[in-house]
Parts: sequence; C-alpha cells; structure tokens
Amino acid sequence: MNSLPTVLTTNAIDQNEVIRVDVSRNDSAAVKEPSVGAVAAMARPSVASASSINEEHAVKIRAKNVDFLYGNNQVLFDVSLDIPEKSVTALIGPSGCGKSTFLRMFNRMNDIIEGAHHTGEVLLEGTDIYAPQIDVVLLRKRVGMVFQKSTPFPKSIFDNIAYGPKVAGLRNRARLAEVVEESLKRAALWDEVKDRLNSSAMALSGGQQQRLCIARTLATNPDVILMDEPASALDPASTAHVEDLIFELKKNYTIVIVTHNMQQAARVSQQTAFFFEGVLVETGETHGLFTNPTQKQTEDYITGRFG
Amino acid sequence: MSDLEFEYAALLKQRHRISTCFEWVCRIATGSALLFLAVLLAGVIGQAWGWLDLQFLTGFDSRRPANAGLLAGLWGTFWLILFTTIFTVPVGVGAAIYLEEYASDNRLTRLIKLNLSNLAGVPSIVYGMLGVTVFVRMFGMIPAADGWTAAISLGFGTLEIPLPLGRCLLAGSFTLSLLILPVVIIASQEALRAVPSSIRHASYALGATEWQTIRHQVLPAAVPGISTGIILALSRAMGETAPLIMIGALTYLAFAPGNLNSPLEAVQDPQRVLDAPFDMFTSMPIQIFNWVGQPKAEFQNVAAAGSLVLLILLVVFNATAVVIRNRAQKRITW
Amino acid sequence: MSTADTSGRPLSEATISLHRTASFVRLKEWGIRSVLFGCAAVSILTTFGIVSVLFSNAIYDLSPQRLGTDGQAKPNEAFFQQVSVTEFVTETRWTPQFSEKHFGILPLICGTLLISGIAAFIGLPIGLCSAIYLSEYAAPRTRAVIKPVLEVLAGIPTVVYGYFALVFVTPYVLKPLFHDLLGMDVGVFNAASAGIVVGIMIIPMISSLSEDVLRAVPRSLREAAYALGSTRFDVSTRVVVPAALSGIIASFLLAIARAIGETMAVTIAAGQTATVTADPFRSVATMTSYIVNVSLGDTEIGSIEEKSIYAVGLTLFLMTLCMNVVSQFVLRRFREVYQ
Repeated sequence: MNSLPTVLTTNAIDQNEVIRVDVSRNDSAAVKEPSVGAVAAMARPSVASASSINEEHAVKIRAKNVDFLYGNNQVLFDVSLDIPEKSVTALIGPSGCGKSTFLRMFNRMNDIIEGAHHTGEVLLEGTDIYAPQIDVVLLRKRVGMVFQKSTPFPKSIFDNIAYGPKVAGLRNRARLAEVVEESLKRAALWDEVKDRLNSSAMALSGGQQQRLCIARTLATNPDVILMDEPASALDPASTAHVEDLIFELKKNYTIVIVTHNMQQAARVSQQTAFFFEGVLVETGETHGLFTNPTQKQTEDYITGRFG
Repeated sequence: MSDLEFEYAALLKQRHRISTCFEWVCRIATGSALLFLAVLLAGVIGQAWGWLDLQFLTGFDSRRPANAGLLAGLWGTFWLILFTTIFTVPVGVGAAIYLEEYASDNRLTRLIKLNLSNLAGVPSIVYGMLGVTVFVRMFGMIPAADGWTAAISLGFGTLEIPLPLGRCLLAGSFTLSLLILPVVIIASQEALRAVPSSIRHASYALGATEWQTIRHQVLPAAVPGISTGIILALSRAMGETAPLIMIGALTYLAFAPGNLNSPLEAVQDPQRVLDAPFDMFTSMPIQIFNWVGQPKAEFQNVAAAGSLVLLILLVVFNATAVVIRNRAQKRITW
Repeated sequence: MSTADTSGRPLSEATISLHRTASFVRLKEWGIRSVLFGCAAVSILTTFGIVSVLFSNAIYDLSPQRLGTDGQAKPNEAFFQQVSVTEFVTETRWTPQFSEKHFGILPLICGTLLISGIAAFIGLPIGLCSAIYLSEYAAPRTRAVIKPVLEVLAGIPTVVYGYFALVFVTPYVLKPLFHDLLGMDVGVFNAASAGIVVGIMIIPMISSLSEDVLRAVPRSLREAAYALGSTRFDVSTRVVVPAALSGIIASFLLAIARAIGETMAVTIAAGQTATVTADPFRSVATMTSYIVNVSLGDTEIGSIEEKSIYAVGLTLFLMTLCMNVVSQFVLRRFREVYQ
C-alpha cells in the first residue's frame, strides 16, 4: 500500500473518547530490509526452529503465552507465535486442535462468543489488541477475515464490496466505485463481474463468491488478512484460483491461513505452525518443517499417521 | 487513500454513539411495551379493589352496581368452554393427525393447509355470521316461528333439543369451536411434527400399522405439545365476545343456563344439566362489555372486577400450559 | 426344497392365514383414515360455509323463499340485489337505520383505517424495535423472561382493552394531553383511544414474528459483517434487518389485518358515528363495530338493515383475506431462502 501514518485510534478510559496514537508503519513495496527494532524486540525464538522467523520480515502480530477457554473448557495452552509481515503463515493440525480459535483471536472475533475468555497477550505491531482502550471496530478494519463458507450478503455485488467502506463512513459514490473496482481487481474477480455489479451476489458460483468475500475484505484496506480454510468448500479449479490469489496478495498483505490441507500449506505459505490439541507443537519455515520436522508429533501428522 | 483513513477515524466516535443510541431506543421500546402491560394491570386492579368479593362471584347481575354479580357469566363461560373442548379436541387433533401422518403431498392437502392459515386470520365476527346462519337458524330450513323439539328421554331426565337450535348456548359453543379449530389444528400439527421419524420407523419395522403407530407411539409423545396448544386456544375462546353477541348471547341475564346455580344443584336436579346447553346464556366478557357501557360510574368498577376475574382465570390457564410444556421438555429429550 | 417354512408348518397354510387377518385390519385402517379425513374436511366446510353465507346474503341469494317473522312469504333478496355496488363504493354516508337510507361503505372503511393506522403507528415501531432488541442485544436469560411477558399482552381479552381505552386512555392520557394542554376537542368516544389500545394489542404479534425471522438469518452473515469492522448498529440495520425484511413485512401485514378485524375494543371505545373524517378525537364507526351494534339491536330478519351487515362483513372478510394471503406468500418465500 502507500506510505501513510497508520492510525490505530484507541479509546481513552471513557469508551467514546478518541485519542490518536500514531504507530508508523513501514512502506511496503519499496523497503524489504528488516526493521531493526522489531528483530531486536524478539525475546526468544519460538519453539524449536531457529530459522522460524524469516529475517527479511518484521513481526506483524505476536501472540505471547495465550491460554483460551470456552467457559471451563480450555482450548489453547500457552501458545506463543510470531507472525511475520507480508508473508503467508499457515496454521495446520487435525480438526479440533484449536487453530481456528487461535486465528480468531487476531481480530477478536471470539468476543462475540459467550463465555469465551483468555490469558496472555496478542500484540499487533507492539500494541496489545485486547487492551481496554482498543476500538474493536477499527481493529477489524485493519485485520480482515475470510471465512470457510463464503457468506455474501443478500445484496448486489457492488453493495457487498462497498459495505466495509460505507459503514466506516465513505459516502462519496465516485470514491466507492473506485474502491470497489480496485478491490475486485486485486481479488482477480473484476473481469468476470464488471458488467453486472448490480446483480445479486448470491447468483455467483462458489469460487466466485469466495473471491467476492476476499474482495470485500480488501475493500476495508486491511494490513492483515486472516483466512479460515478459505478453499475447503471449493472445487479444485476454484481452489487453484484462490491459492494464486494468496500468492499475489502476500506481496502487500500479511496473511495467516488455517488449513487442514497440508499440500495447500506447503504450496502457499512461507512459515507453518503445527497445532495439536491446543498446543503449538512446532513452528518453522515451511519447507524445512515439511521435509525435516524436529518434533515426532509433527512428523506423525505430516506422514499421515493420524489426523 | 490516506485522507480516508483520517475520515474513518474521525467518524468512529460518532458511529459508536449511534450504536449505543440505537441500543437504547430498542431497549426503551421493549420497556414501554412492558410498561403498558403494567399500567393496564394496575388500572384494572386499582378500579376493581373493594369490588371483587364473594357476593360478586356468587350473585347475578343487577341494575344496581353494588349488587351486580358475575355468576351468570361464570356459568356461561364454563358451559361454553366445556362444550367447545368436547367438540374441538377430537376434530382438531384428528385433522392434525390426518394432515401430518396420512396425507400425501398432493394438491388437496396443500389446499387444506393453505385454507387453515387463512381461516386462522379471519376476524372473529365473520365466524359469528357463520354461526348465526348455520347453527342458530340452520340455513332457514326450519322456520323459527314453527320450531320443533326433539325430545329424547334418558333415565334421569329428558333431553329436549330445539330445532332450529336458536340462540342457545350450544350454538355459541359450535361457533367458538369453529373459531379456534384452525389454531388447534396448526398447533397439533407442530406437536406431531416434532416427534422424530425414527420412532415411527422403528414402530413400522416391528410390524405395527399406521394407526397403531400413531396411537401408541406418536400421539403419546405429542400429547404435551397438543395440550398446550388446546389450552392456549381455549383461553382465547374464553375472551371472545363478538361472535357470541351475534349468536344472541344476552348482555343482561339474571340466571345461569338451565337455572343451574351450583354444582350441588346438578346432583339434586340432573334435568337442569340437560337443559343448560339449550338455554339462553351470557359469558364473562359479555357481562364486562355490558357493564362498561352503563352510564353509572360505579359500573366501571364492576367491569374492572369482572375483568380481573377473567384475567386471573386466563393466567391460570396459560400457566397450566407453560407448566405442561416445561414438564414435558424435561422428560422427553430426543 | 421343502414345502414347509422354518416353523414346520406347510407354507401354503401360513400364507392363507396372513391374508385373512390382513383384510380386516386394512378395513379398520381405512375406516380410521376416512374419519380423520373427515375431521380435516371440516376446515374446508368452514370456509365453504363462510363464503356461501356471505355470498348468499350480500351478493345473490341462493335459498328458496323463506317466511318472515309475520308469517308472510318475503322475497329474500341479497344486499347487492337491492343496493347498487356503485352507491356502496362511492356514497359517503352510511345510514341504514335512518328513514332516509344511504349505503356508502366509505365512512366505515374510513373509521377502520383511521383506527388501524393509529394502531400501526404505535404497534409497528415498538414491535420491530422490541424484536431487534430481543434478537440482537438481549442475553438469552433476559429473552426467556421478556418473551412470555410480552405474550401476556396478546392474551388479554379485547373487552378489557376496550374498557382500558374508555376508562383510562381517554380521561387520563388523551384529555390532559390534547384537550387541557393543546386545546383540542376530545370526545368521550374517539378513534385515538381505540387505536392506541389496538396498537398495544398487536405489539406481541409483530415482536414475536419479527424476532423469529431475525433469528433465522444465519449467524455467519453477522460474523462476516463484524469481521469487516461494523458496529452492532451496522450489523443490525445494514445486514440483519434487510436480510429479514420480507419476513418483517409479512408480520406487519398480519398485524394490520388483526387490527382491521378487531371488534370489541373498537365498539366500546370508538363510538358509533359513521362519518368520513381524519380527526382521531371524534367518535367513529368501523366495519366491525357496526356489525356488533346492529346485532345488539332489534333488527328485523330479512330487512335491508340486516342484510347490510353481511355486505359489510363481506368487505371485511375480503380485506383481511387479501392481507393474510399476501403475508403467507411472503413468509413462505422467506422460509425458502433461510430454512
């Protein structure tokens, strides 16, 4: 994206007060050097692999000692993970291991669920997103999410994409049209729908709907895109489309993807984290993890002994 | 798009304000509905205070407010609900069983189901018109001026059925039955539908016929839901006034149907029980309606007392329905 | 191959005995099925009865000659055989009980619509906002308490509502507000008091039905909207309500049809003056209150006054039927999408 002072506005003690706190962000396209401060700020490398952080990328999201519980049922146990920026991090593991729950911590989607609580910290560029002054609405604008089952609103394609900017306050029709076009282009859907922006989004095919949801997320201009098994409900051709898209998007966005498909993780991600029963077992550079896992559990899962 | 980001941030405070404001609007709306209820109940209780006593419950209506009583209405409502139950339950449950268990999905069935939902929405006064023609005048086939009486002698008394039925309690009951029949059928249908098909399949697999399955497996499981539906429908029938007025219920009546003033008399003189269905009648809501329209101010208090009795009875009815439903949900867990 | 089955009996005997019992049982089953079909058919007969009663008394009489109360044979003509449809629809006076008779339905329709309009004005917003509160904001325990309490409003008999309108709403709400404070003329019988209580009466209907359709909107839609950075207001008004809109409109139609058909509250509180007016503080007559008032009085059977109630009843029936049919249709389409 363009260089601009990012504003993560935080609320003061009173929910309705707004105080601006400038947290500057590196310009994306040009600069690829590591942010020295970010690298130095890393306390210790994450479990097992020394090459777990790609040295070229700063840490975008850091989770520290996160325990998560639904009521009395603990789902995540002391998980610590760094997500590097502008790359794809895959969370893999058998079903029920907590990877989706962990993903949803990054945009605080678990807040909606009754009885959900956690300990530990989740930091976005150094700021704890669970601090009381943080505005959740703004956080979700910066950290977008694409769900497993595509959920287009029962509105037109244009209105679907324009929804995010509209609720944020963009009213100018011309600007909205620009945003819609750019988002659809970034999601590789523009050519297919440019003639029927006013037709219903429900009429699109499954793969198109999922790309529509990605475009919808892109329209809010996020830094981070979370994807919860984005292609599991799609046929192979659409899956390939979505994976190509992810490959393109990682140039400009930080992507965290949950997938139960190991081949997909190997194809698209630079870093992979393996979860098992709520514990982060191993994390590391993708190629290394898949060819030379250091933990036995990881090896068993990858070779198909369970899961 | 940098200026957009600033715009968004500036608007955020306002958006949160609007969201909180909207939540309060919705809360206030819900609260005001509850407030209306509270005010209504307070008003009725306040006006009825001191006027609801034993004399009120055991005395007949009078031209003087202090002497006015609800007994005729109590008996009338009792008989009406009794007969309505007798007619509605078999027909309503039977129809629901047919529609849910036997009927195939053809045009006739769909027509019946569509028809039911429409009937449920017809204003009650139209049912009154139907009742007048069908039950009171019996299509005019027997001129009222002549009128026959079919007399059937039972051991303890004679059952005298006037033809045409005329403005009697039974005609009112028939009309109320038709009125609440769609409601009963729809509620029973839902109760039957809630029974899982696995139960039916297991029963068939053991060699039972359709009716045996229904009678021994499906119906018992659906009984709580059906009873709840019937009780709620009957409580609605208790409050119905307009169709009964058209049938010819009297607004001022100083005797109970069949001159049966107490259960003791039913035992002493069973003939009165046989006379009751064919007698003139009134009901609690009609007595209230009459009192509200009276010029003397104290009749408002009498009306309030009658309303309070009616409301208490309805609360008892509805509470019974809720209790049945809750007890059933605890016992049966699919 | 043996000629006996596993129990040792010869096969042919076993098959014969099966047949005999089967036919008796089948007859019984058929009998039960027919009886039950008869029960279901009662509902069709009811509709048939309503339609034929209204038709025969209002449009065209089908019955043979009847005797009047004086024993003389009277021509039993239906209403529209004696009064033209044009007069019925265009005349602005309704005076069947005066010596100079006019039969224009407009005053009655006007009264009905005035009261239903006031009822809708009160009931629809409150009902919808309650539904949104219960579905989007309220905790499950709060919902479990408030829902049944709201239902009580629906269970209160309409005569009690009429009593409340006459004895409380007019003297303690309308008069102080509009007469003492604003100097307007408020009659003892007026449309506003009836409209207000009918509005209160239909709140639970709208609230309950709308809440059902709002909850039928899938959770995933709400989640997707939250993930795009929406406030709760955004999610409720921009995603959930639009998705549930057809169901909400269906509930509105049902509630208005109920208000139109309301009889006793209106009869008690609104008066008996059939006029065409927009003044909510005057006495008005509605279709339903006219029918009741005529029935309460001494009207000769077979006279034109008596026939007039059937004409009014027919109009009422058609109006509510249309609204109910449209609303069922809309609801069914909504259910097809979300269930």
